[in-house]
Parts: sequence; C-alpha cells; structure tokens
Amino acid sequence: MEQIKSPSWSKTFEEVGNQVSFMSGFIRNIFRTGFEWNELVRQCYMIGYNSFKLVGITGFILGFVMTLQSIPTMKVFGAVSFVPGMVSVSVIREIGPVIIALLCAGKVASGIGAELGSMKVTEQIDAMEVSGANPVQYLVVTRIIACTLMVPLLSVMADGLAICGGYFGSNISGHVTAVLYFNKAFHALAFGDLLPSVIKSVFFGFAIGFVGCYKGYNSNGGTESVGVAANSAVVSASLWIIVLDAVAVQLTSIFVYN
Amino acid sequence: MANNEMEAAIENTGKAQTTSAKTAGEVVIRLEHLKKSFGSKEVLKDINMELREGENLVVLGRSGTGKSVAIKCMVGMLAQDEGICNVFGQEVKTLSENDLKSLREKIGFLFQSGALYDSMTVRDNLAFPLTRVRKMKDNDEINTLVEEMLENVGLLDAIDKMPADLSGGMRKRIGLARTLIMKPQIMLYDEPTTGLDPITSKEISELILTMRKKYKTSSIIITHDIACAKITADRILVMNDGIFIAEGACNELEHSDDELVRSFFK
Ligand SMILES: Nc1ncnc2c1ncn2[C@@H]1O[C@H](COP(=O)(O)OP(=O)(O)OP(=O)(O)O)[C@@H](O)[C@H]1O
Ligand SMILES: [Mg+2]
Repeated sequence: MEQIKSPSWSKTFEEVGNQVSFMSGFIRNIFRTGFEWNELVRQCYMIGYNSFKLVGITGFILGFVMTLQSIPTMKVFGAVSFVPGMVSVSVIREIGPVIIALLCAGKVASGIGAELGSMKVTEQIDAMEVSGANPVQYLVVTRIIACTLMVPLLSVMADGLAICGGYFGSNISGHVTAVLYFNKAFHALAFGDLLPSVIKSVFFGFAIGFVGCYKGYNSNGGTESVGVAANSAVVSASLWIIVLDAVAVQLTSIFVYN
Repeated sequence: MANNEMEAAIENTGKAQTTSAKTAGEVVIRLEHLKKSFGSKEVLKDINMELREGENLVVLGRSGTGKSVAIKCMVGMLAQDEGICNVFGQEVKTLSENDLKSLREKIGFLFQSGALYDSMTVRDNLAFPLTRVRKMKDNDEINTLVEEMLENVGLLDAIDKMPADLSGGMRKRIGLARTLIMKPQIMLYDEPTTGLDPITSKEISELILTMRKKYKTSSIIITHDIACAKITADRILVMNDGIFIAEGACNELEHSDDELVRSFFK
C-alpha cells in the first residue's frame, strides 16, 4: 500500500514544485531588462488575430441559438420581451467567457504546447540557453502576457457579437427594431456584470498561456512528447478554466451581487 | 569607419582573452573524476581530461557512451553528481545565474541537430545571439556581421530562407555560423559531420580548421567520423562506457594494442 502510494504522491509534489518554480521564473523575467516588445506584439497578433474568426462566429451563433431556443419557452409565460436581457446577462456573466476560454484552450494552448514542445525536443530551447540568451524571456513571458491580454479582448468581442446574434435570432421569429432590442439587452446589464466577467477572462487567459508554456517547455523525449504536450496543455487548461470559473462565481456572488 | 572600429574592438578583446587564458595555465577546460548518473544508470563513471588553449581535441566513442552528456556538463546544461568540471578556472556547477550566462557567452555549442530556430529566417537566426546576447542595436552592423559569417560557411545565398527549406548539411553549416558569430573562445562540436555525405563532411571538417585559424578557438569535437577526426584532431580521446580508454595522436591510436580502439580506425 505504502509502496504504491508514495511514488505518485512524490510525483504530484514534484509537479507542483516545478510549476511553482516555472511561475517564479516567469515573474522574474517580466521585470528583467530587454523585454521583448516586438515578440509580444507578434504573439498578440498570432493569438488574437488568428482566433478572431473562430471566436467571432462562435459568439454570434451562441447569442443566435440561445435566443431561438428560449423564445418558445418564454412565450408560454408571455415574457418574450425579457429574452434580450436574459441572453445578454447569461452570455456576458457566464457563458461567453467560459466558452471562449475553452475554445482558446483548444486552439491557443495546444498551439503553444506543440510549438514550445517541438522547440524543446529539437534542442532549440537548449541552444538559446547555451548561447547566453534568455529563452524564458523570449518565449514564455511574451506568450503568457499575450494570452492574458488577448483572451479577455476576444471574449468581450464575442459577447458583443452574441448580442448581435440574439438580435438576428429574434428577427427571425418576429420583427423587433434594433433600438428596442439593444435597449432591452443593455438595460438588463450593469457594470457589475461586465467587470467580473473581464477579470475572469484575464485569469482564463493567463491559465491558457501558462499551462501551454509549461507543458511545452517541460516536454522531453522524442517527437511523441510534442503531441503529449499539446494534448495535456488542452486538458489541463480546460480543467483550470472550469475550476477558476467556479471560484470566480463564488467571489462575485459575495463581493458584487451582495 | 564603423567597421574598422569594430574590427579593432574585436581584435582587442581577442588579445585580452588570450592573455587571460594564458595566466590560467593555458588549460581552458579541466574535468576531474567527473561522474553523472540518470536514475540508476551510471553514464559518466570517471572522466578526466584537459583542453588546452588553441587545441582541437577529438572525442571518439560509441553511441550512448555519454559524450554529449560530458559536454553538456561543461556548459552547465547538466550538473555532475561528483567531480570537478572547471571551465576558465571556474567550477561550472556552482556558478550563479549571471556568471553562468557570461561563461556561456564565451563558449560556442554546435548541437547534434543544428538546432536552428525554425520560426525565423537564416538571417534572424544569426542575428538572434547578436541582438539578445551582445545587445547590438545597429542593423547595418548586424547585417554586415551576418553576411560575413554566412560567407565564411559558403551559404550567403540562403540568407532569407527558412530552416525548413534547407538540407541537413546546410543546416549544420548555418548552425555553425550562428555559433561562430559570437566569436567564442571555446567551441564544442557535437557530431558536426554525422549524417552527411563524405564530401560535405570533408568541407565541414576543413571549415572547423579554417575557423580555428581565423578565430583562434579551442575546440572539442565529438564524432564517429574517422575522416573528420583525421582532418581536425591535434589529439584524440576514446571514450567507452563512461570513461576514457585511450589518448593520443591519430597515428598512435591507429596502432593501439586495444582491439576496441583500433576498430574505430577501420
Ligand atoms: N537528460 C537525460 N535523462 C536521462 N538519460 C539521459 C539524458 N541524457 C542522456 N541520457 C542517457 O545517457 C546516455 C548517454 O547519452 P549521450 O547522449 O551522452 O550519448 P552519446 O555518447 O552522445 O551518443 P551519440 O553518439 O549517439 O550522440 C544514454 O544512454 C542516454 O540514455
Ligand atoms: Mg550525442
């Protein structure tokens, strides 16, 4: 019993220790001189712009589908006029940030994991380190910061498009003027809805970047470990997003809605 | 004008380096009783060697005997379990992060795979250490250095290509150029000719000699390629099973009593 248990425990602690030291390396290197601004911009472009279409379409359809799904039910109660508000509140508070973050986990975290993983396996990261350059500053810091910046932007954009999608949906089932729709949609919202959702997305973005970089940077072995890194980056990033979301909901219900 | 100044500066640093190495007794790398294990697997058992200034030292040995592990200890990528690993009079294992960084700037490491950064063009690959390590800002100056170095390895045409568009031999040569552009005092070559045709291998071996003449580096060359060893070696060490079993010039080892040593030269 003891023999079976102890290695897995020590592995877990080792993993946690590695993550903590990776994190402290990240933080130390943010403030080091020679910040890689150009690379940061390039990463923001790669992460933000390249996910733009996927996230935009998803956001739009999200609002559209939610509206179409809820109209028949709301009709029974004669509450169709509440649909715009309901859609905007539920998308902005919860569904938007989480779905977009999960999408980014699939697209961005796996990409980072695979890219850094293959750089590690082909000794490119070692080569950088041995030449006296700083691979953490160049590769890790830029990617984590880019994710932390871009994921909230993407999810705010998706939220906006979801409301547009909702307008489109309600126009299919009956005519609503744009002014009326958006009035209803925004009236239901408060600043206390948007801000926690953006803050949440910042943490989601950080988790995506951090997990992707950690898994990629620490992959070792042959080419198959690149696949393992990409895969486990998606799995852990998704898990982190769900866990962080649960914490965030608790915190906002204590501090904001009370 | 700027060029002349720079050349003078490089020459001056070259002189300073030479004198500092001389005061250290001309031994630039010293390994004593070096031991390294991975888990229960003992890879390096008792490694003793010295690399002298300006010398080309060839290390021969079968695959998996720990040659790469030994040179990785010299640049602090791996830490030995026991023994001394002394480079420029400093114990590598105990260096602080900053000291290790400045030590690494003086050492060039050519990876077995070339290890080109595959998201960058050849030009950016060569410029990377200049901008990131030397902190050079002037683009013209960087370009001249990059072009000069590519000309040295005979690949000036490839300057705007991506690494994926290059052949294996070209990648090795670009990797060599990227390492040499820092004008290292010590070069560690990990199998510079493996996997190349005999003609390209010969070119690379001669390139190693030319570079030594030009930049006065001391080198350790790990290889299985006896032709490369014959061209480049001043002295040869033969490694087997985590220890060095023979040392000498090429023609001495060729007629060694040891069957294993002789078999390398067949
Ligand atoms: N990071 C590591 N973790 C675990 N084992 C390692 C590691 N690096 C090397 N080894 C082991 O050390 C032994 C020696 O490896 P090394 O790469 O030094 O061989 P080599 O002499 O360079 O061989 P080759 O000529 O094929 O490159 C191998 O058995 C390898 O499995
Ligand atoms: Mg090797």
